[in-house]
Amino acid sequence: MSLKLEQVSYIYGEKTAYEMQALKNINLEIHKGEFIGVIGHTGSGKSTLMQMMNGLEKPTAGTVRFDGQDIWEENFDRKMLRSKVGLVFQYPEHQLFEVDVLSDVCFGPKNLGCTGEEAEARAKKALAMAGVEESYFKASPFELSGGQKRRVAIAGVLAMEPEYLILDEPTAGLDPKGRNEILAQIAKLHRENGISVLLVSHSMEDVANYVERILVLNHGELLYDDVPKKVFAHYRELGKIGLGAPNVTYILHNLKERGFAVDTAAVTVEEAAETICKALKDRI
Amino acid sequence: MIRDITIGQYYPADSLLHRLDPRTKIVCTLLYVISLFLFSNLTGYLIATVFLCMMIWLSKVPVFFIFKGIRAILFLLIITVVFNLFLVPGEPVVTIWKLTITDKGIRTAVFTAFRLVYLIFGSSLMTLTTTPNQLTDGLERLMNPLRIVKVPVHELAMMMSIALRFIPILLEETDKIMKAQIARGADFESGNLVKKAKSLVPLLVPLFVSAFRRATDLAMAMEARCYRGGNGRTKMKPLVYQPRDYIAYGVTILYIVAIAVAVRFTK
Amino acid sequence: MSMIKAEKLGHVYKRLNEQGEVETTKKALKDIDIEVEAGDFIAILGHNGSGKSTLAKHFNAILTPSEGALWVDGKDSRKEENMWPIRQAAGMVFQNPDNQIIASVVEEDVGFGPENVGVPTEEIWQRVEESLKAVGMYQYRKHSPNKLSGGQKQRVAIAGVVAMRPKCIVLDEPTAMLDPSGRKEVLKTAKALNEKEHVTVILITHYMEEVVFADKVFVMDKGRIVMQGTPREIFSQVEELKRYSLDVPQVTLLAYELRKKGIDLPAGILTNDELVEALAAAYQQKGK
Repeated sequence: MSLKLEQVSYIYGEKTAYEMQALKNINLEIHKGEFIGVIGHTGSGKSTLMQMMNGLEKPTAGTVRFDGQDIWEENFDRKMLRSKVGLVFQYPEHQLFEVDVLSDVCFGPKNLGCTGEEAEARAKKALAMAGVEESYFKASPFELSGGQKRRVAIAGVLAMEPEYLILDEPTAGLDPKGRNEILAQIAKLHRENGISVLLVSHSMEDVANYVERILVLNHGELLYDDVPKKVFAHYRELGKIGLGAPNVTYILHNLKERGFAVDTAAVTVEEAAETICKALKDRI
Repeated sequence: MIRDITIGQYYPADSLLHRLDPRTKIVCTLLYVISLFLFSNLTGYLIATVFLCMMIWLSKVPVFFIFKGIRAILFLLIITVVFNLFLVPGEPVVTIWKLTITDKGIRTAVFTAFRLVYLIFGSSLMTLTTTPNQLTDGLERLMNPLRIVKVPVHELAMMMSIALRFIPILLEETDKIMKAQIARGADFESGNLVKKAKSLVPLLVPLFVSAFRRATDLAMAMEARCYRGGNGRTKMKPLVYQPRDYIAYGVTILYIVAIAVAVRFTK
Repeated sequence: MSMIKAEKLGHVYKRLNEQGEVETTKKALKDIDIEVEAGDFIAILGHNGSGKSTLAKHFNAILTPSEGALWVDGKDSRKEENMWPIRQAAGMVFQNPDNQIIASVVEEDVGFGPENVGVPTEEIWQRVEESLKAVGMYQYRKHSPNKLSGGQKQRVAIAGVVAMRPKCIVLDEPTAMLDPSGRKEVLKTAKALNEKEHVTVILITHYMEEVVFADKVFVMDKGRIVMQGTPREIFSQVEELKRYSLDVPQVTLLAYELRKKGIDLPAGILTNDELVEALAAAYQQKGK
């Protein structure tokens, strides 16, 4: 059970004046149950990569396999694929259109051929998973707060009952509280519902706090694919391509230069505080 | 998908035609278009062809771009040719089943086709050498006298230039919303007309919501920058006729005279 | 003279029903007292819905006080005849870079403001050039805004305001929709304007890292100003900030965690260097 990209390349606007290679020879495999962070600056190919994974864009070269099957084979059911690989775009609240929250979330399951009742049951479950309270079900999606709207939009994708959930900067434009709540909710989806999550983000701190594997994209190439500690060890290279590591990484490296016996692999505030304390204590 | 549509097909280059005042280009193009309907003989077409070729050459726009304009009217062109071929009475040349092609039919069909194509070439040449903004500016100035009869000329021009700025943004947004809904299992392609129309709701509602949000934001941003209508505004790029514009008018008038002479003295 | 002064400023949003009667009211601002000196760099923090954007819109006379009073550059914003002078004195940059650029060419957009206030053509060109150079976008003057990055668009928007020669620039969450490099670009630009051109800058944001170099920080919650002081004073109160649903910069949080673990560090550490120096000092002490 996996989502696999084999030597995938994508050229945007082939044979026109605007030709641009968005992805170059990408090889990667995503297993069920993983929590992965994808980082890269704007224009690094992140969005294209996401769209490859659920068949919204077709690679100009290479193969995308879902459970071993080529998704661009003639009789492959891509509608099924889109339900298995849920895609939450940036600012997903911009796709809300129904009169009330519940009907909007029903849109996905209905497209998959669910009956009204089934769709509603799925929608209610999805809304609960996204942390939307029942009192909002009959409200107009346009009158909710920014954070609530986003939850509803995420529920709209969850109602398709995906095995893989890809989120493109789900915290963009939210305030710290909204950001932390959404991230916690996503982590919960991964933990409790066993959904594989692919989190595209600009924030190294967010990624470091949650994910167990990081993909770094630069100019359409997969630069690193490893656990956070190993990826952030390349903080100098990351800095060169305009990305950088979580701030604590820099602090720890600075301290090490000053003779501290700290473990520079720590990537979260808690880990950093611990290793600094230990270094200070061991000094005696 | 949708982003392949290009609107405001400006071809950037540095040519005499690009540098002309937009008013000159609009007026001269209009004169040229009118001239096409004044004649229906070979001499007239020869003069128009020479004039058109000269302009295309001056514009430095690749001929390929100018021919692309025909695609938009291809259907109209075929219909016109077919109707003229079969419906114009005259000496029969060929008869296929019940339909007769006459000598006059062929003549009219060919001339009408050329007239249409020349019309498109001429107006494409104008849009290819003038940025949408210049075009708006030119129209605003040309229509200025209409303000006396209470036509909101400045407001119309402002609306047009804002539309030009936001069309690409909204097209991109359409593409994005469409993809987002496809990711939720929406189907925009199959089904009959009613089903297709219905499937557009999840696309159009968010698009309208977004357009209104942008409009509100933009209005506020414009007010914050002291926009209060056309009164008391100055122009960063005021339109001023240069000697080359007078020459262009001269050349166009010369062309019209040539056409008039051709119509008068040849058959 | 103070650039901006508010006394007991309050604002009530009224929502009208179809008959034009007041249906609901919402008190967005309450008892705001604020004073901003000319040349200062001020930051206003708060979570979404705390009233910070409503306050920002008062500085530019887009909204006027329902209660109390506000003076911008010495002009009372309640008087209608002061509306345009205030808008010229205090420029505003908004959140969404796409929705505030009017023209399809960068230089024409920057010229839009001066055109509106009737600046002669030659001076418009001069101002456009200066403003675009001040934000570092001069080489893009002939470009279409659609082809620019978010940070670049936002810099164009700033140039559009600078071209009006304002005494004060209000930036209403200018970085909320940008990526980290865009965010840095915009902040650098705002800081440079403050330092080099001595423009008063009011930055409204919810990113804590962005306010570290402000002269003074105000924290808003539920329509009121609940904290004010230098960044150091504000960030030394981690618990209180958390109560207002705000974060602190990661380095401040780390220092706070270390203090909790009993390490002797000064309160309100703002930069990596400060923390490293303080820890190094503690380390040296231990070694003795």
